[in-house]
Amino acid sequence: MAHIPLPDGLPGIVGPMAYSPVTTKPLNELAEVLLRTNANDSLTQGERELIASFTSRRNDCFFCSTCHGAVADYLLGRDNNIVAQTWEDPTTAPVSDKMKALLVIAASVQIGGKYVTPEQIEAARAEGATDRDIHDTVLIAAAFCMFNRYVDGLATWAPENPAVYAEMGEALATRGYVNYNEPQPA
Amino acid sequence: MPHITLSDGVPGIRSLVMYRPETGQPLYDLAQALLRAGSPDSTLNDADRELIAAFVSKQNQTDFCMNSHAAASRYLYADQRDVVDQTLDDVDTAPISAKLKALLAIAGHVQADARTVSDELVAAARTEGASEGDIHDTVLIAASFCMYNRYVDGLATFTPTDPAAYEAMGERMGTVGYQLPKVKA
Repeated sequence: MAHIPLPDGLPGIVGPMAYSPVTTKPLNELAEVLLRTNANDSLTQGERELIASFTSRRNDCFFCSTCHGAVADYLLGRDNNIVAQTWEDPTTAPVSDKMKALLVIAASVQIGGKYVTPEQIEAARAEGATDRDIHDTVLIAAAFCMFNRYVDGLATWAPENPAVYAEMGEALATRGYVNYNEPQPA
Repeated sequence: MPHITLSDGVPGIRSLVMYRPETGQPLYDLAQALLRAGSPDSTLNDADRELIAAFVSKQNQTDFCMNSHAAASRYLYADQRDVVDQTLDDVDTAPISAKLKALLAIAGHVQADARTVSDELVAAARTEGASEGDIHDTVLIAASFCMYNRYVDGLATFTPTDPAAYEAMGERMGTVGYQLPKVKA
């Protein structure tokens, strides 16, 4: 049971977000900009969601890792099984060398900001990462160290049915974060 | 030296929100909402909120955030400013309320591993008078500083060492709050 009374049936972060609209607005705006608006050819929406799910997995946050894993799978092609392979071992996963280098940085951020080394940054640059790619990777990983703690620190409810996550993944990938809770036109 | 090219001499998160204002805006809006408004039923004042932020930043060993939010907390506690350093030094013996101590215990668990925030820790805070909003806000303040701290350290931003620099920052945070710096076009 959650540590504070939350509306019934809302999964993961959606519960506390309904509880606290004043903080929910910037939280959703941050996710929207970082994961969607800022996406470009250098760091795609699917790759950003992969970094989010990878960081959440390292934090052992079931809801966020599964949910953002479903978004990444939807965007990268579910049959490609990229999320599961990245969780298992990012060094052998079928992602670009640049992504591998950025995932190393994300893994350091997850432990603590000071674990990011100049060597890790140089390695990412050598594979073509720009300042913006590095900035966004660090902030995505840092932001999920927040979202994960918000979800787990309040002991929120996480659905177990994989179909629920597949549906959320598609909705978040296509409609995004700012509009997620708003009714959609028929 | 920062890992990416940032404005010379601009410290900590300020250099990052100037570099990328599109993420800076929600980051500052979140700080403003959490540290200056909070949940409707919350009993925490702004000084308490800044103290939780400084406490978590200390646990994460992020000197810039710890020093700046400690300075904001001192400014806001005014004539009781000494409680800030006493709390950062040792929560158990600090002259703060049992409620705030119980909430700092929750914040400490959020920082270390949020899954360890137990029913007992939450019940203890309630016994000392913490409201639902106090618990919510404490968890999110602690969680958000696990983000801000990693952002500031993960890009190796400039950390001033002169205490006077933080005193000025603390006064600005305590009066103006969290507003995005104006960036020259």
